Amino acid sequence: MDNLEKAKAVISDLLAKDKVAGFLALRTMSGHPIPYLFTRPDELDGLYLGEVRYPLTKILTMLARKYPDNIFGILARACDERSLIELYKNQQLNPERVAFVGMACSGELAEKCECFRPYPSRIDIGEKVEREGNLPEVSEIEALTEEERYRHWMGQFAKCIKCYGCRNICPVCFCTTCTLEDHNLVHLGGMPPQMPIFHLVRAMHMADRCIDCGLCEEACPADIPLRTLYRKVRETVKDLFGYVPGESVEDLPPLETLGDGAFEIRGSRG
Amino acid sequence: MEFKTVQTTCTYCGCGCGLLLGVMDEEIVATLPLKTHPINEGTLCIKGWSVHEFVQSEKRLLRPMVRKNGDFQEADWEDALGLVASRLGEIRDQFGPDSIAGLSSAKCTNEENYLFQKFMRAVMGTNNVDHCARL
Repeated sequence: MDNLEKAKAVISDLLAKDKVAGFLALRTMSGHPIPYLFTRPDELDGLYLGEVRYPLTKILTMLARKYPDNIFGILARACDERSLIELYKNQQLNPERVAFVGMACSGELAEKCECFRPYPSRIDIGEKVEREGNLPEVSEIEALTEEERYRHWMGQFAKCIKCYGCRNICPVCFCTTCTLEDHNLVHLGGMPPQMPIFHLVRAMHMADRCIDCGLCEEACPADIPLRTLYRKVRETVKDLFGYVPGESVEDLPPLETLGDGAFEIRGSRG
Repeated sequence: MEFKTVQTTCTYCGCGCGLLLGVMDEEIVATLPLKTHPINEGTLCIKGWSVHEFVQSEKRLLRPMVRKNGDFQEADWEDALGLVASRLGEIRDQFGPDSIAGLSSAKCTNEENYLFQKFMRAVMGTNNVDHCARL
């Protein structure tokens, strides 16, 4: 049985036995694969398993907010699973209300996404492909002098058109009040925070949450290498606190474990 | 409980970016860029990202408004267009065609903009025609 048939069988079973109120995946409609909430097995003819990715868990969060008692199914790649873990951890989704069907990514997609682990913890669909997850851009930028790094990033941030797409598409940006449009900080009818404040605020907020799915970079009309920035921030949090977002529901983020009092980074920066 | 994403085109400017509107129980709740669209390829500007908000804004005009005694009042299309036609005719006859200028919109389709310039040149008799994207 090929992947598509297998996926249809698994989802069809969940729907037919009423184990889920709906199943979230992609369906080809008018030639475009788009997020689709399957509610009947006969809709599965257009099920899409290709390389296009959408923030499905973000839609799931929206559904769960309105229908907290329903169980929804989701076809989840590794990045979707990492975002689910963050959403569970941050009380945005209840794991008991999510029926997870795991899909491993193809080698081509893993390569395109520069993914460090292109398969979920449980693979229902697809074959496991291993891939080294190094993003060469991080070490390339680290090799620059401080002055060059500063110029590089200021040049990148200057391209920003403040579309807020990086925040809007982010599956782990779930705050109902966002600093980047908080009316106490950003006046209605005024300009959004200037660069680099906008980008650094987002990078800071992503530090213990970014699951490195890369959707922000795909959504950026200005091609700012956001993922490189967030990967570096992830790396810093890992080095300092041994914490990696999206790995396990049990791992508590540093802000919850640091307690009161300032945390001082030991070393030459003093 | 019903949720669907509906493919459409952004109305905000002439680029024609592909959008997906998230519709939950007949209410538009979210916008996503259409990732496979040949124009925007999964990106949007801030206006496109906000379509689900402005589409349902209470401030939107849903019917023609005609100013009567200094206040805007709702009118039907027949009366509103009748007023526009008669006043444009009067002004043209009294002051000449070049006393009138037409401003079209990047939010209109190509065909609507073509018709608009045709109307200004062939019906009103003036080349005074421009559009909002040049302002």
